[in-house]
Amino acid sequence: MGLLSKKDAKLITDPLFDNNPITIQVLGICSALAITADLKASIVMSIAVLFVLGLGNVVISLMRNIIPSKIRIIVQLIVVATLVIIVDIILKAFAYELSKTLSVFVGLIITNCIIMGRFEAFALANGPWKSFLDGIGNSLGYGAILVIVGFFRELLGSGTLLGIKVLGDPIEKTGVYAFGYENNGFMLLAPMALITLGIIIWVQRARNTSLIEN
Amino acid sequence: MAINTDKNSYTVLFATGMVIIVGALLAFMASSFKEKITENKRIEKQQNILYAMGVNENDETSVEFVSKSIVGQEFSKYIVKQYVVTGNEVVEDANAYLIDIKKEAAAAKDSNYTRRLPLFVGEKDNVTFYIVPVRGKGLWDAVWGYVAIDTQLVIQGVYFDHAGETPGLGSNIKERFFMDDFKGEHFMDGDIFKGVAVAKGNADPKNNRKTDFAVDAIAGATITGDGISAMLKKDLQLYVPYLKTLKQ
Repeated sequence: MGLLSKKDAKLITDPLFDNNPITIQVLGICSALAITADLKASIVMSIAVLFVLGLGNVVISLMRNIIPSKIRIIVQLIVVATLVIIVDIILKAFAYELSKTLSVFVGLIITNCIIMGRFEAFALANGPWKSFLDGIGNSLGYGAILVIVGFFRELLGSGTLLGIKVLGDPIEKTGVYAFGYENNGFMLLAPMALITLGIIIWVQRARNTSLIEN
Repeated sequence: MAINTDKNSYTVLFATGMVIIVGALLAFMASSFKEKITENKRIEKQQNILYAMGVNENDETSVEFVSKSIVGQEFSKYIVKQYVVTGNEVVEDANAYLIDIKKEAAAAKDSNYTRRLPLFVGEKDNVTFYIVPVRGKGLWDAVWGYVAIDTQLVIQGVYFDHAGETPGLGSNIKERFFMDDFKGEHFMDGDIFKGVAVAKGNADPKNNRKTDFAVDAIAGATITGDGISAMLKKDLQLYVPYLKTLKQ
């Protein structure tokens, strides 16, 4: 990456792998469980978080020297909530259909621990550019896991990907269903998201043993 | 930095300032876009009503409304009459579709208040549809929709929407595979109102049985489905006395 110094590039790549917000820092689990029943919702949520975290980190970073430390959590919450609501209002006025798709996610974004976590741990101590990169990196890391979990849950739970029937029609018994395959409805429920996530964490730590805590 | 951010007076000042700035910003945003948003909501209502009676641009599997630019014309073309049903009184009102169902339902809790029920009469290819708005509760938030009924009191189409059902589970109520199941479903057993239940394990995934007063539920969305059943039961029933007069 010629554009970024090595240190800056690490801010983006680290959260993707060895310091992933979901699998290593175990933040943002609630939304990872709630909305990964299909791939489209996972992708929409990832993009929304990318936007809010990138922008929010910059705003907090610019304000970092004037925020009173006693009420910093409240200030962070207000910044996130304001950003999300402004985006929501603008979408409602100019891209109504899109805003309908996103309205479900608004509450989930405001309460996403990753956002608060990055504000608190990074943006309050670093400059705007670094904070921006950190926000992008972390939301990409978050999005990557969401998409992986969403992929498997939708494929095994509904037999579709992005709503397209990739395994054939379960009612007409075509495709793999002709051989007696059945969708696993359990994949659609939250416990299986946790188990899928657990498997990802296991694979990641098995490949890189330095990540294992004592 | 020069400012002592730990002082109590500074904290109070900062909090006050922040609240004023954010409050003003949000109020400004909300009021400057208010007209546009209301307009969008009005268009959406027209699109939904038309969708229920089968005026849409659906292809194989997707849900496509008539486009925004022509929805006004299409609405006045297909919706021939709009009524407000108040008790035994039926009045024609060209703006009946703007009646806020939520407010009416809330006002109806007062037993002295007679609820105003909007009803739309649509006509497409010489078939008459009666379109009824419904509203209820899902798992997280409100669910609502429009039900198009023919003169024989058989459902001919529905449109459902929701404010915040779980994406990928409850949110599927607005997908074709669920809404299409309602087509041809009966909700009256002769003269007796039965409603349509969203049923688990009714072993009828293609919905071949149109008179069992049930459609196949969505896996993982039990409570949203129950909400739909309750909504249909509660709100369709309100119209039954009037609809019965049509059948005769």
